[in-house]
Amino acid sequence: MDIFLQQVINGLVLGSVYALVALGYTMVYGILGLINFAHGDVVMVGAFTGLALLKALLAAGTGLPIALAGAALGAVLACGLLGVAIERIAYRPLRHAPRLAPLITAIGVSILIQYVAAILWSKQYLALPAAFTPATWQIGGASVTDLQVLIVLLAGVLMAALLWLIHGTKLGCAMRATEQNAEVAGLMGINTNRVIAATFLIGSALAALAGIMVLLYYGVAHYFMGFMLGLKAFTAAVLGGIGSVPGAMLGGLMLGLIESLASGYIGDFTGGVFGSNYRDVFAFIVLILVLVLRPAGLLGKAQGERA
Amino acid sequence: MSEPGLSPISADRASAGAASAGPAGVGPAGAVGRRLRVSAWVIALLILPLVVDATAGRAWVRILDVSLIFALLAMGLNVVVGFAGLLDLGYIAFFAVGAYAYALLASPQFDLHLSFILLLPLGAAAAALFGVMLGAPTLKLRGDYLAIVTLGFGEIIRIFLNNLNRPVNITNGPFGITRIDPLSIGSFSLAQPHTLFGITIAPIHAYYYVLLACVAASMVICRRLQFSRIGRAWVAIREDEVAARAMGINTRNLKLLAFAIGATFGGVAGGLFAAVQGFVSPESFTLYDSIMVLCMVVLGGMGHIRGVVLGAFVLTALPELLRLTGSLQRTWFGHVWIDPADLRMLLFGLALVLMMRWRPAGIWPAPHGRVGT
Amino acid sequence: MPSDAQPVRSAVRTGSAPYSIRAGHSSQHSGLIAAAVLTFAVISGCSREEPKPAASAGPVEVVARIGLAAPLTGPQAHTGEDIRNGVQLAIDDINAAAVTIGGARLRLELLAEDDEANPTKATTVAQSLVDRKVAAVVGHFNSGASIPASRIYSEAGVPQISPASTNPKYTEQGFKTTFRVVANDNQQGPALARFALERMGAKAIAVIDDSTPYGEGLADTFAAAASAAGAKVLVREHTSDKDTDFKAVLTLIKGKRPDLIMFGGVDPQAGPMVKQMVELGIKARFAGGDAIRTTNFIKLAGDAAAEGVHASMPGLPKEQMPGGQQFFDKFQARFGKPVELFAPMGYDAVYVFVEAMKRANSTDPAKFLPEVANTHYNGVIGPIAFDEKGDLKDGPLTVYEVKAGEWQAVETITTATPAAVAPAADAGTTSSASAASSAPTVPAAPPAAPGTGAAPAAKPAASGPSAAPTTSTK
Repeated sequence: MDIFLQQVINGLVLGSVYALVALGYTMVYGILGLINFAHGDVVMVGAFTGLALLKALLAAGTGLPIALAGAALGAVLACGLLGVAIERIAYRPLRHAPRLAPLITAIGVSILIQYVAAILWSKQYLALPAAFTPATWQIGGASVTDLQVLIVLLAGVLMAALLWLIHGTKLGCAMRATEQNAEVAGLMGINTNRVIAATFLIGSALAALAGIMVLLYYGVAHYFMGFMLGLKAFTAAVLGGIGSVPGAMLGGLMLGLIESLASGYIGDFTGGVFGSNYRDVFAFIVLILVLVLRPAGLLGKAQGERA
Repeated sequence: MSEPGLSPISADRASAGAASAGPAGVGPAGAVGRRLRVSAWVIALLILPLVVDATAGRAWVRILDVSLIFALLAMGLNVVVGFAGLLDLGYIAFFAVGAYAYALLASPQFDLHLSFILLLPLGAAAAALFGVMLGAPTLKLRGDYLAIVTLGFGEIIRIFLNNLNRPVNITNGPFGITRIDPLSIGSFSLAQPHTLFGITIAPIHAYYYVLLACVAASMVICRRLQFSRIGRAWVAIREDEVAARAMGINTRNLKLLAFAIGATFGGVAGGLFAAVQGFVSPESFTLYDSIMVLCMVVLGGMGHIRGVVLGAFVLTALPELLRLTGSLQRTWFGHVWIDPADLRMLLFGLALVLMMRWRPAGIWPAPHGRVGT
Repeated sequence: MPSDAQPVRSAVRTGSAPYSIRAGHSSQHSGLIAAAVLTFAVISGCSREEPKPAASAGPVEVVARIGLAAPLTGPQAHTGEDIRNGVQLAIDDINAAAVTIGGARLRLELLAEDDEANPTKATTVAQSLVDRKVAAVVGHFNSGASIPASRIYSEAGVPQISPASTNPKYTEQGFKTTFRVVANDNQQGPALARFALERMGAKAIAVIDDSTPYGEGLADTFAAAASAAGAKVLVREHTSDKDTDFKAVLTLIKGKRPDLIMFGGVDPQAGPMVKQMVELGIKARFAGGDAIRTTNFIKLAGDAAAEGVHASMPGLPKEQMPGGQQFFDKFQARFGKPVELFAPMGYDAVYVFVEAMKRANSTDPAKFLPEVANTHYNGVIGPIAFDEKGDLKDGPLTVYEVKAGEWQAVETITTATPAAVAPAADAGTTSSASAASSAPTVPAAPPAAPGTGAAPAAKPAASGPSAAPTTSTK
């Protein structure tokens, strides 16, 4: 039982990481109807800038909490700017282009960011400075670290904040209006360009925080780390119903649990025919099933073909 | 937003028909000129490997061979992306299916050594089957969902190939399959040098001619498809699916057909790849390779057959040229600042972004502004 | 050449101009493609190096080209560079030593090519080396590159020595031209298994790999040897070489309570894995192959988690290589950086070729190839001889352990058959450390000399019962 509990905890933490990244996807998709393939790579940039700042601050003799806060702030700023720049330079000119164009551009942007990062920070796996040893607690035979608790809490808090932003502020109102119909929103006096830029800013800032969390949790940063993570997060967003903030959270947690439990038990259930090496297969099969059976996702609302 | 009207297409079809039918509609002088051009072309392509071998070395003939294989792949993906407008990010999976079908049945792996005459169609059929299997449940999805699902499918195939060595060893897992049979009929094997009219043809040249023939045949098939009823229906779907359906086009079946035909090309290319390389492993079928082929199609000119073939050649040769920048950097700066491999990816990324912005039809666009997006 | 290329390039530009008039378009096509084809031929022509005639000045000279193929760019560039430097050093030494072959003085030329650690690129590079008439090839680094390339060398009859590829398949293809100067996975896995059982007291083992040819090969042979020797393999799991989250697999393993976790894979996965083991409270020990014996592993895992991790690596510890210290000093002086890993193997590979050329009295690969198979040579890495497949006979292997944040050599074992090894290891005999006497480089350096690389030599023999090589060549 303690093993099962441990797998559930593993799944919840992994799921929260996915959810953190999925929030950014779902925001952008909700408002533009665009899969921002580069979002995962913004997470990677967040991890790398965070790592660089952290090293610099620690080297300058700053205490750990302040260094962490500084690194997080720096990463949020850097990624926010990057996100806005991507939108302005790559996506905005294509807003009325045929539907394949922005998708291909997104892939291009993703490759660009990856290789600029590879040149800036090398292709090696960079390690977190040794200052971190997370405290471990035992709960019913399973171990939980303070960092894991922090990740789950942060995902929950950010989701709540995002919900408040969307439903309780003027900007959120403008975002919802833009999502429903950008042209009419523009007629109503909403500066849709600014609203979309703000969406990218917020989404990328969330990506930066996710990047820092991933960096702290796994202790490595690598130029390719964002791509698969982004893909999983997107799967999570689709699973929950893309465009829906609680959906992203739910989808993330579900995907994390599926992966964790599949890796943990599939080998025993199938007599060793399948093992944890098929973990990604399960993730993708779940995605395909959800899309086929319930294209709008678990919490999403069905959309017309030409939405 | 090109005009989806039928008139430019039918006009084009008329002229294409005229072109293939010969002098009709074109003056006699044009016909002679055309024949001359065609024969010049044929001769140029036939002697190309000999010239390249003599001037640049045999390694470049091998690069030519690889380019031809990628040209086949790019043409197949072009059917899916360029003609039907379905973004497939897992296209390399069909290549993998074809390659493994050939490798498994013509290697010491199961001690089977079937002939390629059987295996290439078999690989193509297997790939087409996979195409339909993937397409049937997913083709009703919106374009961007489809992109993600195909991407996932490509990864699933690769993961299976990488892990199907246990509990029963089928694919040999990450080790790949070695000692794959070359193309051969009876005792006549392309892996041995042959002498024809006093000229010795090395295996690598022989493969060039086989691949060239395949590419030429595929170009004809693609062109026929493009201007057929099916091809026009694909364009209609690509430009406006709802309208196409309203016009009575069975969009579901036609999209499936596009997937199956695209996959068929991938399967044939895979079989040829296995025979030429003699070794396949899951490493050759990663997401990166899918994106490479997509780049060939997008940069070459979506929807334009000759454009994507050109794209395949340019993108296969480019890394070899970028290789030189490595040694240049070393002589200039004493250190390689930017790896040629990274530089290539940077250029690809940049090219994708810039092309979509400024030249969405590719470096060699389809005529008449019938843009492929 | 550039002056030729200029007009061609501009022709391409004209050809690719946007279409305006329908009538002109076919001829434009022809122009465009013809130009492209020409550019292809011309540019590729630039990259060709014409063989230089042997210098006429001085005594008669015979030139032999040595090809090198390894990843010189990309994430593994540093290892490729290391091998290249080793090969370069050997070539310089031989050129300086006035070796004569068939009455003419031998001059070696290096042709280094980058295979980008990519199977398809490897075949292109191999073809390019064969085109340029290399006498022999040192390469490739990755098994995934060495295997497809070996077919091309075999067809051309060019002998190939890989300094680092450990996949058994490489030499199992039946080619007469393939050799390696490094223990293969079939040798490394069982040797590590014996060590784990005998020295670490492992009885219940969990085996994980990263689903790559290297990792899975090593893990498979380890698991087979361990269960043959009586240990229980409780779990056999596979992750991927891109994962960083191993919590689920490790939790699964925790439930089976192994006393050792063996990982076939590389440091970017092993580091986080060891770290997560500690977080999950798994008490089992951890062991792996040569690819985790890196300083980056210790950084990625963190000092505390890395402590006590064992890793095997083909070859003697650098400090104990017969030709060791002098080679390292020379290397350091020549390139201004320490030997990383495989430079000694690259260095020895060149000497193996030259010795074979001497015996055959020819630089023609067709003539000296049989002599390569007959090699009995004492190199920097120790005695070198090949078995009938081309594998290194009884290649030595060293097990290292992380102690106080550093990799330290624990024990050197041979990869010969278990029957032959067990007594030798028990007795701690150092039968043939003296076999290095005839090495052309230098006699063995004192084993305790300060190390030049990552592994400090201060106490290589501290804990192992037999720190000196127990290789028995006869």
